[in-house]
Amino acid sequence: MTADLATYNFAYLDEQTKRMIRRAILKAIAIPGYQVPFASREMPMPYGWGTGGVQVTASIIGRQDVLKVIDQGADDTTNAVSIRAFFQKVADVAVTTHTKDATIIQTRHRIPEQKLTEDQVLVYQVPIPEPLRFLEPRETETRKMHALEEYGLMHVKLYEDIAQNGRISKTYAYPVKVDGRYVMDPSPTPKFDNPKMHMSDALQLFGAGREKRIYAVPPHTEVVSLDFEDYPFEIQTFEQDCALCGAHGVYLDEVVLDDRGGRMFVCSDTDHCEDRREHGHVGAMLAPNQEAAE
Amino acid sequence: MSTDTQAFTGGFSDPVFQSQSVFRKLMDGMARPGSIHTVEHDAGQPDPLGAAAGAIALTLCDHDTPVWLSAGFAKSAVGEWIGFHSGATITREKAEARFAFAEPGVTPSSFGLFSLGTQEYPDRSTTLVIEVAGLSEGQSFTLSGPGILQSKTVEIAGLPEAFLRLWADNRPLFPRGVDVILTAGRSFLCLPRTTKIVA
Repeated sequence: MTADLATYNFAYLDEQTKRMIRRAILKAIAIPGYQVPFASREMPMPYGWGTGGVQVTASIIGRQDVLKVIDQGADDTTNAVSIRAFFQKVADVAVTTHTKDATIIQTRHRIPEQKLTEDQVLVYQVPIPEPLRFLEPRETETRKMHALEEYGLMHVKLYEDIAQNGRISKTYAYPVKVDGRYVMDPSPTPKFDNPKMHMSDALQLFGAGREKRIYAVPPHTEVVSLDFEDYPFEIQTFEQDCALCGAHGVYLDEVVLDDRGGRMFVCSDTDHCEDRREHGHVGAMLAPNQEAAE
Repeated sequence: MSTDTQAFTGGFSDPVFQSQSVFRKLMDGMARPGSIHTVEHDAGQPDPLGAAAGAIALTLCDHDTPVWLSAGFAKSAVGEWIGFHSGATITREKAEARFAFAEPGVTPSSFGLFSLGTQEYPDRSTTLVIEVAGLSEGQSFTLSGPGILQSKTVEIAGLPEAFLRLWADNRPLFPRGVDVILTAGRSFLCLPRTTKIVA
């Protein structure tokens, strides 16, 4: 135990708060896709920085856990680095950037490319948990709509997309139906990741700190992206392969290289990309440097 | 030991980490209905409360969660023990209870008297912790539903006869309904309201 650990309870939250969140998590798992209200606490970081995910992680984490934190797929961006450092300080847990080594993965807006296992828990940071919120601002009404399974408004929204744009234009936070009952916001993950939620081997927990909601998708549970028979759900596809590791069929980020239109597409999942490069995969923009080095 | 002193004995020796350990098993159990988990830490619960049930009580109950006890537990030191260690109040009203603990062989006449939650807030329902004779052998049941890949067979000894009927009434209420944790000594398995059970 490090000396500064004693100033906080293990994992920062007090035990009563953890019990309250743990009870909410158990009910969330029992009612897949339903948003359980919880008494979200002030955390030592601003709302919008993942306070919901942090509270969920703090309530489930133990000494033996290995934590990975990603922000838009990357292990090395501000949000991921600071949350990882937070748990190292307040819980003294082991951390990793390798997806396969982690027991808890807290994520902001991506699902790792590598298939998750039964021994892993994926914790999402959620800004706005209510998928109907932009269609109906009143909580009393959206709650009633969930209670009555009245999701016509959502289908109207998707239909209007098609009428105006010729396709469903929503590319992230694409609404899903969980176990044939609740319509759920998968958090602002790209719709590319929606199929990974379906029948996942890992438990998926969602925490929204400012909005004070926790919800869950148990393993092996149907998660279906909403669509129409004549306009089926489709994920993004990329013409290029990753410029660094040559990966195909993964989610890519566009990186602008100069002011003359130069750009590259690289894996959004940094661990996946590094792992592939370690195993000798080389992308188009990395290859010339290697030859030069040799 | 008299009933009075039994209430003050026991409790987790390391509450932070032992309750975390029990919770993770509970979370895994709820996420994978029918999976058997074993509580490693003894909460020093008084008879006739089982070790798993005692650990679950101290892990989840506090002053926010009224607890209902079946008749056998109610006349023992269990109520005072839970009250002393967790701060939970013991209620005789099933509908008020967030958690209910039942001793072996007790058949609730109906789950409907417990809180089933509302259509708007289905999470406000009672979690029943029911002690059975054993979870390793006995009558076999087939479980299916979220958290279960295709189906899972479990063997339960001493499940109250009316349980399947009560569960069959509970399942169609979804999203409302009670969730059940079956305990046997140190072992437990979870049956969230989504699970279908076939004998």
